[in-house]
Amino acid sequence: MPEPAHSFMLTIHVNGVERQVQVDARTTLLDALRDRLHLTGTKKGCALGQCGACTVLLEDRRVVSCLMLAVMAEGKQVTTIEGLARGEELHPVQAAFVEHDAFQCGYCTPGQIMSAVGAIKEGRARSDDEIREQMSGNLCRCGAYTNIVAAVRDAAAQGG
Amino acid sequence: MNAIIGQPVNRVDGPAKVTGHATYAAEFDLPGLAYAVMVLATIPRGHIRSIDRMAAEQAPGVLAVMTHEDAPRLAYKPIAQRPQVDAQSGEQLHVLQDPEVRFNGEPVAVVIAETLEQAVHAADLVQVEYARSPALTIFDATKGRPPSEGNVKAGRVPELGRGEVEAAMAAAPVRISARYVHPREHHNAIEPHVTIAHWEGENLTLYDKTQWVDNDRKEIAHVFGMEEERIRVISPFVGGAFGSALRTWPHVTLAAMAAKRVGRPVRLELTRRQLYMSVGFRPHSEQHLTLGATPEGKLVALEHEVVQQVGRYEEYAETALSPTSHLYQCDNLWARYRLVEMDTNSPCPMRAPGVVTGVLGLEMAMDELATELGLDPLELRLRNYAEQDQQKGLPWSSKELRACYAAAAERFGWSRRKPEPRSMREGGMLVGYGMATAIYHSDRSAGSASVALTGNGMAVVRSAASDMGPGTYTSMTQVAAETLGLPVSHVRFELGDTNLPFAPVHGGSITMASMGNAIVAACQAVQKKLAGLARAAQNGPFAGLPEEAIAAREGGLGRADGSGPVVPYAELLRQHNLGWVEAEGSAQPGEETQKYSSAAFGAIFVEVRVDEALGTVRVPRMVGAYDVGRVINPKTARSQCIGGMVGGLGMALEEQAEWDIRFGKVMNANLAEYLVPVNADVPSLEAIFVPNDDRNFNPLGVKGLAEVAICGVAPAIANAVYHATGRRIRRLPITPERLLS
Ligand code: FES
Ligand code: FES
Repeated sequence: MPEPAHSFMLTIHVNGVERQVQVDARTTLLDALRDRLHLTGTKKGCALGQCGACTVLLEDRRVVSCLMLAVMAEGKQVTTIEGLARGEELHPVQAAFVEHDAFQCGYCTPGQIMSAVGAIKEGRARSDDEIREQMSGNLCRCGAYTNIVAAVRDAAAQGG
Repeated sequence: MNAIIGQPVNRVDGPAKVTGHATYAAEFDLPGLAYAVMVLATIPRGHIRSIDRMAAEQAPGVLAVMTHEDAPRLAYKPIAQRPQVDAQSGEQLHVLQDPEVRFNGEPVAVVIAETLEQAVHAADLVQVEYARSPALTIFDATKGRPPSEGNVKAGRVPELGRGEVEAAMAAAPVRISARYVHPREHHNAIEPHVTIAHWEGENLTLYDKTQWVDNDRKEIAHVFGMEEERIRVISPFVGGAFGSALRTWPHVTLAAMAAKRVGRPVRLELTRRQLYMSVGFRPHSEQHLTLGATPEGKLVALEHEVVQQVGRYEEYAETALSPTSHLYQCDNLWARYRLVEMDTNSPCPMRAPGVVTGVLGLEMAMDELATELGLDPLELRLRNYAEQDQQKGLPWSSKELRACYAAAAERFGWSRRKPEPRSMREGGMLVGYGMATAIYHSDRSAGSASVALTGNGMAVVRSAASDMGPGTYTSMTQVAAETLGLPVSHVRFELGDTNLPFAPVHGGSITMASMGNAIVAACQAVQKKLAGLARAAQNGPFAGLPEEAIAAREGGLGRADGSGPVVPYAELLRQHNLGWVEAEGSAQPGEETQKYSSAAFGAIFVEVRVDEALGTVRVPRMVGAYDVGRVINPKTARSQCIGGMVGGLGMALEEQAEWDIRFGKVMNANLAEYLVPVNADVPSLEAIFVPNDDRNFNPLGVKGLAEVAICGVAPAIANAVYHATGRRIRRLPITPERLLS
């Protein structure tokens, strides 16, 4: 592959593992994850910061990875959906999503789950109203919203 | 054996989806993958004068730029019988075959590069000069024309009716008449459409977002003039589609052309903005209804005209008249369907195509009639209950709509509704209760499946079906598990691959009624095959027994009379030194289509709260009750119903393409300006399934669910807004500016 113009070698800590990744200055964190590191659990729904499908945690903060350049993540800790489960054991939010059928097609789901994990960590999932508000940046066209609220409520109660 | 059908089993693909391990079309990791980006026309009609591609070709990383000047001429062989998912008249878009521009957004070039960033950048550098011609960008309902022959043959009739509508209408003591407008809507599944094309010699593999792999293969075979056997389509997970991935769009062809040109696998993913011009939409519609009734509320005459937009190069038409033809008892009916040609990409089916539109008009008009009569809206529906399909003159294969009305009204608390508009208030808000009926015709198609019983006690069930979200993986696993007498954990269902047995389209709510029965047949076939082996054996528990003396029971075979032990399948395989045994089965519609009319039904009740100062409408709760025949999995079925409610809420209050007549273009082509419901919009949704088991329709007793779930929601909300405010908003969506004006 010819050397792309303005290319950089970055170090990003993804799910606790130090990864080297060659990116273009224009590469988003989302495309770096999906196309360079083949961590395709993080989804692209709009690439415009409007749907939340690409949500990951950057140093424990929720970010839409399509609006962040990969170079901005240099040296940082990124947690993606692939980094939640411990082996076969699902993270409580993941387990609650399965139990409450909080998805249909599953395409918005990784983003929903990362948002929920972030919101619970921030202490912003204390009531159904708050969960609905905090989760409203994550669109679900299959309309699983009420099940998502039930799942997040459950996971938050277990300390998520 | 505990029943597995009817249990709220968790999705079998749930763990894959929540861990990010479910692989959607864009995510297949092929060595040497290159990236394609489309350049789209920016005029609504005309032709390309010149294309300057030099800068793009010289941009770093660019492998090729392809335009109509150098794209290969493709075969585009006619298909004798167009599949039902295609427009039934006209001709599909021939991509990069000539300099014509037929609509704003038609692909005019494709750029292929080493990386996505390079391809996006180079696509920006392609300079196209156009010569504009006059374009049809205005929807004028008076310019409607009847559908063409191909569409009429496919059931999109220009007119239908019965009785003497004119005389009956003239004599009707009570009449209401109204016009309803419903804008162009976009599917906006969260997964964009995407194709990876990979040629190996003359063989092509497509990793595609599609609701029908078999048809994808067939279409591309015709476009390229190649044998179907040389094409394989793989699509294990679909990130929502709602109809947009039924047919095969031009970008699939482009991806295959691009891959051929550069001799590498190529991924072509549409951007969110491009989706609005590339993969169809629900067409803009205007409809006019006149209802005539007796003072007691018996419908005596019904007139309904629907006018929809259509593209000019091909003609997609809908069955918008179908609900009017049979939802209520009415002896005199006349309905008309017209199309208005516009220069736009072609519309296509979107969840409950046509029917959702027809139900919208009819159910808003019924509410207006109830007001005129001073009757409760629910009572009006009951007084016109259709005991049979009057248009077809056939009995329903089953109909539990009365039970739906009763269950939903009770659960909702409809009796607390004060009849007068503007009579209910809470916390400074106007409160409104509204309801509507839902209907969607039930169909089934021929399909097939294979089942392999393996030595380790597993069953592997395969079919080229699809799962865009309703839970095909899970419900089919349940059907197979129950038929084979195995636990769910011992059954694996594989789908989404043209190498698997043929399946019909995953759309129109036909999947379970079609494939469920095929899977039952395949399970029974493999049991029979195993029984045959056991009977023919020298020894063993079933040696020499007649066929009818053996029955499938509890995960194995036993004697039909119940004597003796049940021998598990795996044990039988071991006895015969077999690693596995496999059989195919299929199912198809039968004479029931001649004897009955089949449909799923629903009743939707909603509460709205209107802030008159701001013009905002909130929907704190919705209750739906559904007759969908037998429910295979109440958990996933419920998810489909609440999903339909959310879709209907979008239709009523939020969704509309803003169309600019100067450019013939959707101006809000993104998810911030084209509004869709968010989590905070839908606090409480309840779905009730009334008991039914429609064996008249098919052996499994299911009817179909996805489409009926969206029908009726938008009119129920609009009717509730009337009840809250005393204002009929007849143009959707009901936005604050419309409520305030
Ligand atoms: S893909 Fe990032 S917000 Fe939609
Ligand atoms: S599950 Fe399909 S978009 Fe949310």
